[in-house]
Amino acid sequence: MIPRPDVDWYVLSPVLALLAAAGLALLLSVFVPRWARRATGAVLATAGFATAGVLAAFVFRDSGTPTFEVGDAVTRDRWALYAQLLVCGAGVLAVLVSYAERMPDDHIGEYYALLATAGAGMCFFVQAENLMTLFLGLEWFSICLYILCAIDMQIVGSLEAGLKYLVIGAFGSATLLFGSALVYGSTGELEFHAIAREAQVDDALFVAGVAMMLVGFGYKASAAPFHQWTPDVYEGAPTPVTAFMSAATKVAALVVMLRVLRVAFPMEAHLWTVALSVIATVSLVIGNVAALVQKGVKRMLAYSSVSNAGFMLIAIVANSELGARALLYYLVPYCAMSVGAFAVVAARERELRAPVTLDNLAGFGWERPFLGIAMWIFMLGFAGFPLTGGFLAKFYVFSAAYDSGWTWLVIVGAGATLVSLYYYLGVVRALYMRSPLELRIAPAGGSPPRETLLQTGVVLCVAVTVGSFFAAEPLIDLARHAAESIPFD
Amino acid sequence: MDDWLTSILIFLPVAGAFLCMLVPLERFVVGSLALLVALVEVGFWIESVIRFDFGAGLQFEQQVTWFSDLNVSYHVGLFGFSLWLVGLTTVVVAAAIAYAFWTGRDRARAYYPLLLLLLGATVGVFSSQDLLLFYVFFEAMLIPLYVLVGVWGGAGRLRATFLIIAYTMAGSLLMLVAIIALGLTHGTFDLIDSGTSDSSWIFLGFVAAFAVKAPLFPFHAWLPEAYREAPPEVAAVLSGVISKAAAFGFLRIAIPKFPGPTDDFRIVILTLAAVGLVYGSLLAFRAPDVRGVIAYSSLAQMGLITLGLFAGNDLGYDGAVLQMVVHGLVSATLFLLAGGIERRAATGELLLVGGMARGRPILATMLMTTGVIALAVPGSSAFAGEFLILAGVFDRHWLYAAIGAAAIVLAAMYMLRLISAVLHRERGSAVSDAALDLRPAELGFLVPLVGLLLALSVWPAAVSEHSFAGDDASVVVQQNFRAAGR
Repeated sequence: MIPRPDVDWYVLSPVLALLAAAGLALLLSVFVPRWARRATGAVLATAGFATAGVLAAFVFRDSGTPTFEVGDAVTRDRWALYAQLLVCGAGVLAVLVSYAERMPDDHIGEYYALLATAGAGMCFFVQAENLMTLFLGLEWFSICLYILCAIDMQIVGSLEAGLKYLVIGAFGSATLLFGSALVYGSTGELEFHAIAREAQVDDALFVAGVAMMLVGFGYKASAAPFHQWTPDVYEGAPTPVTAFMSAATKVAALVVMLRVLRVAFPMEAHLWTVALSVIATVSLVIGNVAALVQKGVKRMLAYSSVSNAGFMLIAIVANSELGARALLYYLVPYCAMSVGAFAVVAARERELRAPVTLDNLAGFGWERPFLGIAMWIFMLGFAGFPLTGGFLAKFYVFSAAYDSGWTWLVIVGAGATLVSLYYYLGVVRALYMRSPLELRIAPAGGSPPRETLLQTGVVLCVAVTVGSFFAAEPLIDLARHAAESIPFD
Repeated sequence: MDDWLTSILIFLPVAGAFLCMLVPLERFVVGSLALLVALVEVGFWIESVIRFDFGAGLQFEQQVTWFSDLNVSYHVGLFGFSLWLVGLTTVVVAAAIAYAFWTGRDRARAYYPLLLLLLGATVGVFSSQDLLLFYVFFEAMLIPLYVLVGVWGGAGRLRATFLIIAYTMAGSLLMLVAIIALGLTHGTFDLIDSGTSDSSWIFLGFVAAFAVKAPLFPFHAWLPEAYREAPPEVAAVLSGVISKAAAFGFLRIAIPKFPGPTDDFRIVILTLAAVGLVYGSLLAFRAPDVRGVIAYSSLAQMGLITLGLFAGNDLGYDGAVLQMVVHGLVSATLFLLAGGIERRAATGELLLVGGMARGRPILATMLMTTGVIALAVPGSSAFAGEFLILAGVFDRHWLYAAIGAAAIVLAAMYMLRLISAVLHRERGSAVSDAALDLRPAELGFLVPLVGLLLALSVWPAAVSEHSFAGDDASVVVQQNFRAAGR
């Protein structure tokens, strides 16, 4: 008889709440009349993400030193719970942005169900404590995202985006899986802690395994040179999906990356810090240079997300508790800015019924002052200007890197920030400094749709972006508690 | 220790900005409200002058922990010289707002808030006592400036904003790296608590930011574009006040925190400053338009101020602070006058304007008075500042003083050329008889500026001898502002 492990339902509760919301959304969309499907799905998904977030907060409060639950398959620590909070926050925001998206009503139940399931997968992924749960979580949320990207087949490029993501994402997953297999083959262990104990640094198989796992994470975090899918997928997917993906996937991938590297491969730090510093540099260079020449705002934001991955990797390279704190802090304003920026793009897209480019953003800031100022704030935040959390995030990451002796990486980061100003401020220029007349853009006609939910989402994003600057202390305290779960010597 | 006055000076304009932006008001009401806020701000500054004890160091201090992790705090307070710079800022921005109100800028609910935010950020720069806070305000100045030039500027505004951002951010990011390095080495970002450093690299990071912002030769390529394309009142703030933030940075951070590197690089910086002084003066002499003359004279004057700062003695520091205030007032007045001239002639080309003195006695008087002060005629406040600076730098090497003295002659040449090209000669083709003399409303913001200049001419010691606690500026700077700190 196979021994049944003790299941700690409490620690799994955020995941279960999201799954329950997804199941209900699927079931109810069959029963409720057509006109109520959208509202039902949205309410259930919001409730799911909110409940999961609240539960994660409770577990965060009640967790102290990390413990291993459910047959040592998942960890109960604040590191994972902090990430779950972020994923749930991004989820709620994504639902707000999704609500008024023009989408055929017949798949709307599935849309919200998949969104919640993807969230559940990410929440599970960040808790992974062994190679099996790691891969399970990864595929769980990835498959949901593949479908979400292709869900709106009426958008040109949506299906293409889904397929591209599927093919390249599957390649990334396969690389991670192969790497895991090599690590397991070399150490004979699945649990991260046990791997650290049994690690053979001079074993070529083992080192190859670590390298392949890094590559796999690189795909998910869209770090260059594993970013090729990012611009196409971000551009082709429905904008709310892009918003969710850009924020939540990055949280999950980077948080897990740091955990695996620190817990399972602490002895190999001299190898993976160097490798990651190269990946970070390449991401910063490719992301920023490619973003310079983009006309489409979604593509530009996609490359900006590659460059942000580079900044966050610097925090991992620092390989210190300060670095871990910097990563966790960075993710907060980053998620808000990313979801917020895509939300504004979505609003413009619905107004124009065409993909948003830098040209057809002209004058948007004067036409819709609130969304204009919000977009302005998000761009300033991405560019690392003060009065937004984006500035402190960069400051923190640079401090961590400098503190660990990676001065050249700090200088690369500063150079990348300088280059990035051109395209971030290019958006501000388009919003305020060019007139639609001069560019001969036909007016959209009629007053733009009033979208209370989307605007609420944008307000929340602005609040987090600016609030994380002023209320840095409580956030950093949270990050400190979370980072204490990761062993640094 | 916990005095709200500095914080009020910083946040009153910010609050005013939000009020102007969020409450839907008529253009006229928004303008009056902004002007009122600016005048109340001047009032608070006068209150701080009255309460200021010029014998003591840092005052009106307030400190609140921002994040304890890296020992960063919201720490503000005023020294004597920062008090004068804050005063300069409030007065010049108030005049700029009055000018904007008079010309009736469109999109008022965006324009005035941005000017007020600029005011708050600049006051913040002059009063912050924490490195990171300093950087935050230093960058925060750039955001409103970018939009003010980019939206309300002239035809070449997009290129001008690009140059401003590219240059200043390149310098600023180097400063950010330097700040991180300095702060982590000392374990605190507090300016009062942190000690000195011997690292040339960190020093150069700071110098890069300040040299671009001032600007010093050869980092000035953004300056003519920015000063020409910006609206006149923004150019007034830019050259009158924002450039002083750089000089302040030299005085408050670069020189006291890095005594060793300051000595090592003194000759380089003094040489660049002297070259900038002469080169700027020559360019000003050749500039084809009113604003070009003022812009390049600003480059020259910043070189002179830097000469004073890096002379490294009492005379140099006192003279530099005095000259910062005087030049701030002079160039702000000149830019506002240039704006008035451009409104009347629709151009600032020196070949097209001319003969404006005839029938416009008030304009002639104002331009003449300001111009004569700007060329440092003996007895003027600018003369006092320049004399102190030259006397100070003479101690370093007589050659700098000789170059500086020669530059005063050049200043006379370009200012007199400007005055004669605008006021005298034959009537320019762009000047019609219908163009009016200065209106009473214009005098409303020009007379206070010129009045302050005349007052400083009578009593320059008001600034030069009340900037540093005690008598010896060099001792205060050498002690890294510490003895005076608490």
